[in-house]
This record gives sequence, structure tokens and C-alpha cells, in this order.
Amino acid sequence: MTDTLTPDAPVLHARGISKFFPGTIALDDVELRLMPGEVHALLGENGAGKSTLIKCLTGAYRRDAGTMLMDGQEIHPVSTADSQRLGIGTVYQEVNLLPNLTVAENLFLGRQPMRGGFIARRRMNEEARAVLAGYGLRIDPAEPLTAYSVAIQQVIAIARAVEMSGKVLILDEPTASLDHDEVQLLFDVIRQVKARGLAVVFITHFLDQVFAISDRATVLRNGRVVGECLLAEMTQRDVVTMMLGRQLEARTKARDVGPAGKTLVEIDDLGKRGMMAPFSLNIREGEVVGLAGLLGSGRTETANLIFGVEPADQGRIALRGQDISIKNPRDAVAHRFALCPEDRKIDGIVGDLSVRDNIILALQARQGWMRPIPRAKVEEIAQSYVRALDIRLASLDMPIRLLSGGNQQKALLARWLATNPAFLILDEPTRGIDVGAHAEIIALIEQLRADGMALLVASSELEELVAYSTRVVVLRDRQQVRELTGDQITPDNIINAIATEEVA
Amino acid sequence: MIRSTHLPLLITLATFVLAYALCASAYPAMLSLRVVANLLTDNAFLGIAAVGMTFVILSGGIDLSIGSVIAFTGVFLAVILRETSIHPLAAFALVLLLTTAFGTAMGATIHYLEMPPFIVTLAGMFLARGAAYVLSTESVPITHEFYDTLQGLYWKIDGARFRLIGGLMVLTFIVGALVAHRTRFGQNVYALGGGEQAAKLMGVPVARTTIGIYAVSGGLAGLSGIVFSLYTSAGYSLATVGVELDAIAAVVIGGTLLTGGYGFVAGTFFGILIMGLIQTYIVFDGTLSSWWTKIVIGSLLFAFILLQKGLTWAAKKRAAQARMRTATGSAALS
Repeated sequence: MTDTLTPDAPVLHARGISKFFPGTIALDDVELRLMPGEVHALLGENGAGKSTLIKCLTGAYRRDAGTMLMDGQEIHPVSTADSQRLGIGTVYQEVNLLPNLTVAENLFLGRQPMRGGFIARRRMNEEARAVLAGYGLRIDPAEPLTAYSVAIQQVIAIARAVEMSGKVLILDEPTASLDHDEVQLLFDVIRQVKARGLAVVFITHFLDQVFAISDRATVLRNGRVVGECLLAEMTQRDVVTMMLGRQLEARTKARDVGPAGKTLVEIDDLGKRGMMAPFSLNIREGEVVGLAGLLGSGRTETANLIFGVEPADQGRIALRGQDISIKNPRDAVAHRFALCPEDRKIDGIVGDLSVRDNIILALQARQGWMRPIPRAKVEEIAQSYVRALDIRLASLDMPIRLLSGGNQQKALLARWLATNPAFLILDEPTRGIDVGAHAEIIALIEQLRADGMALLVASSELEELVAYSTRVVVLRDRQQVRELTGDQITPDNIINAIATEEVA
Repeated sequence: MIRSTHLPLLITLATFVLAYALCASAYPAMLSLRVVANLLTDNAFLGIAAVGMTFVILSGGIDLSIGSVIAFTGVFLAVILRETSIHPLAAFALVLLLTTAFGTAMGATIHYLEMPPFIVTLAGMFLARGAAYVLSTESVPITHEFYDTLQGLYWKIDGARFRLIGGLMVLTFIVGALVAHRTRFGQNVYALGGGEQAAKLMGVPVARTTIGIYAVSGGLAGLSGIVFSLYTSAGYSLATVGVELDAIAAVVIGGTLLTGGYGFVAGTFFGILIMGLIQTYIVFDGTLSSWWTKIVIGSLLFAFILLQKGLTWAAKKRAAQARMRTATGSAALS
């Protein structure tokens, strides 16, 4: 059906797409060209704008600027159902089919074959069997969906999207919960869909899979297109460089690292099966250890294991040479650990509480609810941190959700600094905040280090890691792969450590 | 072919057969056709309301208003037939229109205002009961020759009288089962119960379906009220208090998952019969207090909730095993 199209005419051409949210520009003049019969990878770190772009394409969001041309006709999808009708089908990471229906019912929901006003079940099952056979699946479509593995459910979701839409297929992290053989099964299906002339958008953070299946890639960073490229001409290293970005001139690090303090935290073979390979790490007072790695490499997992958010099933942690047991965050707080989590909207701030209450929360929790901190003392602590961190607000009484991202982040930092921690873990402290606040938070990290605190900072921003880390641990595939110290800490070396292709 | 989703239905069926066998072994007379005919007649109004409740629960909702709507319907019919000369058939049509509109309004409130069905239908319960009181606080007898005609309709086999209202209930169940399993509306009801977000992404018209479900429940509560007025020849605003809970019990004993998505209209039919059977047994026994009905139904309900929990737990365990298998596979960047 797409044979009539010339190969250089995009089936979907999005131009100048912009999307604004209060305080941030999520997408800035983004272009995406999808050719018929190609697999197009959409790459970028978390927060680069991939999911916002997908939501604009599928009508879940209304774009604020830009045009979308489908086969040369301008389109304005207003809902996911609308974009489906226009020809854009989407399959998400979490299988979006209904577990309580049969395979055939899922495949035909909303467009069941009818006879005499009733659903023709037998015909529906037969047609479902035929459709699925076309994707290499020989399964009984009258069985409930949950009788089959996640991979097969993904194929069924793809079949539904292709049958209903038929021009563009968006796959949003479809392989995240699949094992190696299942990924191959999915790839076979993607190749078939491609051969039928559809444009396939493939989103994943597994670079191997990108190179295995994709023809071209568009790389996003901070809401802008960094580049569009033919993957045959690229190496993994090139792509990682594009995704993470780096300044070309080598920066000389002129800063006094100061005398190394005593070892504060000793981590020995800490790990949890299925989540994070065992790792060991020593952190001294007055030291910032950076955690580098791509999304899903185990940065957040490392932080969560140390802080007891996820209890480890092996290994030990020692504090100043004494073994301690951390089974949950309360234990960690009792040992004067602190963690600023990655997603402050979900894990950090309590949006409707005042800024004051948010700042005092962790300190009050450690004291126990039976001993409330006097009002005057609360005021004094909150005031002092607002001043020290330069948190901009109208009043301490305003709900914290009204603050900008950078100020929320600083208030969260204040919450943990108020507990006077010995060991501070920061997970993506600069995500989604503006440049000014960014510099302030980096300066603050420097300051805390100089004051003798031990810090562990996970970040996807290489520049930033290079700026404040005394050591950098590189993670890949939920394992520690490299540790960089002193002059070794450069964006180039980090990228090399992340992208090193293992020699077979 | 027997599938895992049919298991609760099969257990309900087995419970019914077992219960009937036990009853029959104690009182062989319970095997007579007469008992079967009475079972259908006595439970007709509850059965019809329970069909509507099945749709509501399948979609993951709840409707607490139906007992009050049944009472309102009875009082409305009694008062309108006493005060005006309107034909009962016209009164039936009017009251069905009213109750369906009432259900539609509740469905629209639930969907557009994103309110929990529990609260909205609780308000509906008070509203309908209050409206019944406004019409009359007394029990109003219905004396109309058309009522006598309808009540006189039966099909007699071996001294057993299969009355019109019992037949109406069976018909409602057949139509309900067809709608649930063989129409797009029915499929959409299951889809909503399986997960509203996924259903929406798959293009299910959520607004139309939600409103439709509560309209069906309201309309069937109206029909149930008509049947109840035929059964008692009166309208009384204090009648059928708590019938919504009996209907929920019948649906759950019938094997429908309270959280929605899984279940069968036919299961509810056997749920009704099981509850009716317990009552009949107590009548036959003669020495047991009628409160024993509640105790047995309570225990049964508890057993079925435990069963549902067990089945969900087993399904989760299977899914977790599948995940463990995939988690050990290698993937990224290697």
C-alpha cells in the first residue's frame, strides 16, 4: 500500500514542535521525520523530551507550536483514539491491553466483527488467529491474555496497533521487561512491520538494541534536537556523546581537593538479586563521589540500596569502622544518612504542605512525633536555610508545589541539611531546574564537601560530575565498571567507560 | 473448554448442586417442581435487580441505590394508580423512564465529576428513599384489574405454578447474558473493569459506557420495582431496605470479582438461587429462626471473598514467576 510513496517522502513529518510547561520549555523547535519502512530510534536521557514529543504526536498533549504532516496533510490529533484513527499507533512499556479479556477480545476491542447485532465470537477468534499467524504467533486467541508471556502480549499489542492504525507505530520502551530471546522475537515482529512499509519509532535506553534494529536516529537533549543521523555511520560512542553532550575544549580542573578525611562509610559487596550487582565503595569525609552511567544503569538503585529504600539481600555497610544495619530509610536517617531522591515530585516534596513544613519534615521525623519542635525553633531553622540556600519565595507559608523546580530542589536539600547529615546522597540534584539554580546547587555541593561532609552524587550530566567529584564511579548494566580519580575525571573518559563495547 | 476464568462460575455451580443435594436429602419434598417454581417467583425482583448490579460490579463500580429505587417504584405505581385513571402499562413505561433517567444522572455524575460510585449512589439511595416517603409514608394497596390479570398469568405443570414475574426474571438474565458477552457494550463493560486507563487508551468510549451501565442498573431496579409491586400488590416506602446488599451478595456468590473485570451474568443467577435455597430450607425446617438465612449467606459470602482472594493471589504469583524469569535475562549495552 505504501509502494506508491517515494522513499524520500516522510510518512510523518513533525516540524518546529514546541511544548511549554509552567517554568520550563519541554520541547523547543523539534523536528522529526519518519520515512516509510524504517525503524527510527528516538534517543535521549531522561528529561530530554522523548516522552513529551511522543505525547504531542499521539495527541495526549496539544503542541504549543509547530506542524505535523501525515502524508503531506496537516493533522491535529486531539486524543490517543484520534491519532489511532489518523494512523499513529502506540505501544507502551507497560503492556496496555486488558488482562481480563481474551487475546482475540483484546485484538478486536471496539471493532469486533458483528453478525445480526451480536459479536460473532467464532469469526473473531478465527480472524485473530489469522492476524497473529501473520506475526509468527501460533497461539489460541480464545485464551485469556494473561496465559501468555509479556513478550507475546507485546506482540499482540503491536498487532492491534498496526491493524488499527497502519502508518506509524511508536514503540515506547517495549523491551524493558523482556529477556534476550524475547527481544529477538520482538525484533522479528518489528522487521515484519517495517517490511510492510510502516514507519516504526523505537524508544529504548538499551543502545545495543538501537544499533541492532534501527536505521536512523534522532537524538534529543534538553528538549532540543541534537541531531538526526544514519546509524550505519555511527558508533555507540558517537551516540553517547550526542546524548550526554560535552564541551569540546578539555577543561583543566583547578581546584583544591583538600586533605582526604577519614573513611566514613564502607560498603562491602552490597547488592540485591535482580536489581543491582554487588558493589563495594568507600567514602571519606570531605569527598564527593560521583555516580555516572546511562539511564537504567543502576545509579538510582545504588542510592536506594545504601539508604535502605530497597533492602539489600547481601553485603554489609560500616560507618566509621562499625558495622551497621540499614533495613529501611528510618535506620539510615538514625545513622545521619540523608537522601534527596531523583523524582522530587513523587518521592520528595509534599506538594500541599507549606515550605516551612517541608523543610522541617525530616528533622521532626527523626525526633519522633511525640516531641514537636517548638514553633520558634522551626521558624528559625527554616529562615536560616532559606537565606543560606537563597530559596526564593513569597512566604514560608506557601505550598511548596508553587515554587519553581530549582527552589523546590533547594528546599528539599534544606530538609536534609537541617538534620545535619554526615553522609548525603543526592540523586540527580539538578534535573529539570534552570541554569542559575543549577550553578548554585553545584556551588553548594562544593561548600558541603569543604565543610567535611561525605557526599554521593548520581547524575547524568557529565560536566557537572566532572566539576564537583573527587572520584567518579561509572555504572553500566547495573554493575560498577570503572572508577576514575583525579586527572582521569574527564567527560571523555566517562563516555569511554560507559560506551566500551565488550570484546566478544 | 474449561478456562481459569470460568473457575469461580464452576465453583458457584458446584455449591448450588451441593446445597440442593443436601436440602433434598433432608427434605425430599424440596426436589418438587413446586419448590423450583416458588424459588423463581419469590426471588424474581431480587434477580432482576442483581442483573443490573452484575454490570455495575463487572465495570468496577457499585450501586447502592437500587433498594430505594425499588421502593420508590412501588410507591409511585401505587399512588399514581390510586390517584389517576392511567393504565398500569403507561405507568410502567413512565416509571421505567424515571428510574433509567435517575441511573443515567448518577452515571454522568460519576464520570464527569470523577466521583466514587459509592458516594454518588449512596446519595442516590437517600434521594430515592426520600422521594418515596414524600409520595406516601403509608403502605398503599394496589387494586387494579390489570394487576389481577397479570398476577393470574401462570404456566402450570404438575401443580407447580410458574408465574409471569419468575419468567420475566429468567428472560432478564438471558438478555443480560447476551448483552454482557455478545455486544460491544458488554465488552466495553468488561474493559472498564479490567482497567480504565488501558480501556481509554484502547479507544473504549468511557463516558458512554459508564453512563450506560448506571442507566441499565437504574432501569432494571425500576423493572424490579414493578415486579415487586406485582408480587406484593402494594407500594410501601419502607419496603426493600437493604436489597442492594442482597444483590451485591448474589453477584459475589455468583463468582463475579468485586474489583471488576471478571464474572458472568449466569453466575449471578445461581447466586440468587443459592440464596433462595437457603431461605426455602429454613421454611421447610420450621424450627430455625429466619436470621439463620443471614448467617449462612454471610458465611458463604466470606468463603467466596476468600476464594477470590486466593485466585487473585495465585494469578499474581504466576505473573511474578514470569517476571523473575525475564529479569534474569541479560539486556543492556553488553
